[in-house]
Amino acid sequence: MKAFYKPETGGILALAAIIAVLPIFLPNSFYFDVAILVGINAIVCVGLNLLIGYAGQISLGHAGFFAIGAYFSGILVGTYEWPPVAAMLIGALFVGLLSYLLAKPIMKLRGHYLAMGTLGMGIVISIVLNQEGELTGGPDGMPVMGFSVFGWEPGSELTWYWLIGGLLLIAVWLALNLINSPVGRALRAVHGSEVAASVAGVDVARYKVLVFVVSAVFASVAGSLFAHYSGFLTPSEADFFHSIELVTMVVLGGMASVFGAVVGAAVLTTLPQLLTVFHDYEMLVFGASLMVTMIFMRRGLVPTLQSLFSRRLK
Amino acid sequence: MFAELLQFLFSGVTVGAIYALVGLGFAIIYNASHVINFAQGEFVMLGGMATVFFIGLGMPMPAAIFLAITVTVIVGFGVEKLAVEPARNAPIVTLIIITIGASIFLRGAAQVIWDRNFHSVPAFTGEQPIIIGGASILPQSLWILGSTVVIVITLHLFFNRTMTGKAIVATSHNPLAAQLMGINTRVVLLMSFGLSALLGSIAGILIAPISLTYTGVGIMLGLKGFCAAVLGGLGKPMGAIAGGLIVGISEAMTAGYLSSAYKDAVAFMIILAVLFFMPKGLFGGRETERV
Repeated sequence: MKAFYKPETGGILALAAIIAVLPIFLPNSFYFDVAILVGINAIVCVGLNLLIGYAGQISLGHAGFFAIGAYFSGILVGTYEWPPVAAMLIGALFVGLLSYLLAKPIMKLRGHYLAMGTLGMGIVISIVLNQEGELTGGPDGMPVMGFSVFGWEPGSELTWYWLIGGLLLIAVWLALNLINSPVGRALRAVHGSEVAASVAGVDVARYKVLVFVVSAVFASVAGSLFAHYSGFLTPSEADFFHSIELVTMVVLGGMASVFGAVVGAAVLTTLPQLLTVFHDYEMLVFGASLMVTMIFMRRGLVPTLQSLFSRRLK
Repeated sequence: MFAELLQFLFSGVTVGAIYALVGLGFAIIYNASHVINFAQGEFVMLGGMATVFFIGLGMPMPAAIFLAITVTVIVGFGVEKLAVEPARNAPIVTLIIITIGASIFLRGAAQVIWDRNFHSVPAFTGEQPIIIGGASILPQSLWILGSTVVIVITLHLFFNRTMTGKAIVATSHNPLAAQLMGINTRVVLLMSFGLSALLGSIAGILIAPISLTYTGVGIMLGLKGFCAAVLGGLGKPMGAIAGGLIVGISEAMTAGYLSSAYKDAVAFMIILAVLFFMPKGLFGGRETERV
């Protein structure tokens, strides 16, 4: 029982149980659709949380990596008839390389300069996707072929649900492993104090670059999956607001908490669906709830609730 | 050839002045609180939209402008009091998200109160372009340049000559020491938001006759103002002005000589290029961090 309270070991089982049981409570394909989108966003957030929550580096441009992954899949599979998995891997490889090249100068920046640098990077990617119409279809978007692995295709919503659910579990497992490895300890040291970390022999720059690349690749893979699932892409996947949405999911769920990232993704993906009842007031309510939650739960939902519970238990 | 260059320069300086005003707003709030206020662009939007609204009520232009600025400044106070002050000492990322929340809220509110259409504001004095050296310049551009110069000089005097201005400068250098000298740093914080809202709304009203106004106008203007502020080195008012002009002029030159499609990317390309080599902006200096 004791192991169950430790989020590292019990948490992944709990998450697996939730994913396994959830379909019983989803009445129709609309709910499955939301659940699948939650899963895709959660994969991005688990990666992004490594960067924001553990290494303490903000990125306001990760939607750019998401979109590059998505467009690689869309273009290679659609225009050049590649197998989807190969397109996804090449996309992830490209994003890995790109983020590695960008990380070197970008990770030198601090605080608001870092926010500006990553924001600029995301916007430039989004403008390129908008303007290179011959390749990307421009602002009108482009259709994307379905996903398939060696002839198998996830046809129904339910198969997509299992596919994304399984991949999310793998992503969480990878992230937890990374955090509990020497790399993870080094990252937390960097978050605590970069100077102290470097004095203790941590190669700060290398670890920051590493985690930036890892989080970008997570985003790229999720982007590819999203492209195939939704069947249609527009450059808005890369825009500033999508980046903000992703960061907000991580921060709202709780920084430095892998499960927080999943919860944040779940809340912020479902919220707009619920808010549609407010019609014209949707944005107003969304902005207000964002502010109120962040003011009263600064550390995010999961850590705040966690400390509340542990206080109760004592 | 020369006339063409001059033409691009005119339009570049005009938008550059607007970016400079928005960037100044970022710098003032950053100095007082080390917060980047992502709702800055919404002040610009509110200025323009409120002016349209009051003119629509049949008010004369100067009264409408005055009321629009007042409303925006009150909103600025509100953002500080209701969103930023309750979260003081929160981590930077949290504060960034709170101001983004405020910005979404304000845009949502504007869509509810007004609408999502594009609106035009009449030029202050005529639409007849003036010809200088073969290039034409709108009277409204002259209004923008003139107002910006007046604002910059007034701000300079305010920060260096008045007690209130000096209190803001003192707080930006060292809030604790300022408090010990009897400066009410809370009031300073409130005033910095009011001042930024003032600058933002003026920028929004000045540019509205040239480039229509709508509820989403603040997004790009805000981001480019942020570019201007960072380019010049955060918290350096003169840096923000230089940054704004650099961004505006390069944008106009790119649109004129290279490609108008990539006009909006210029600001962000410049900022990336500059930050890669000077991580603290052009005039940010090379100060080392204290451990």
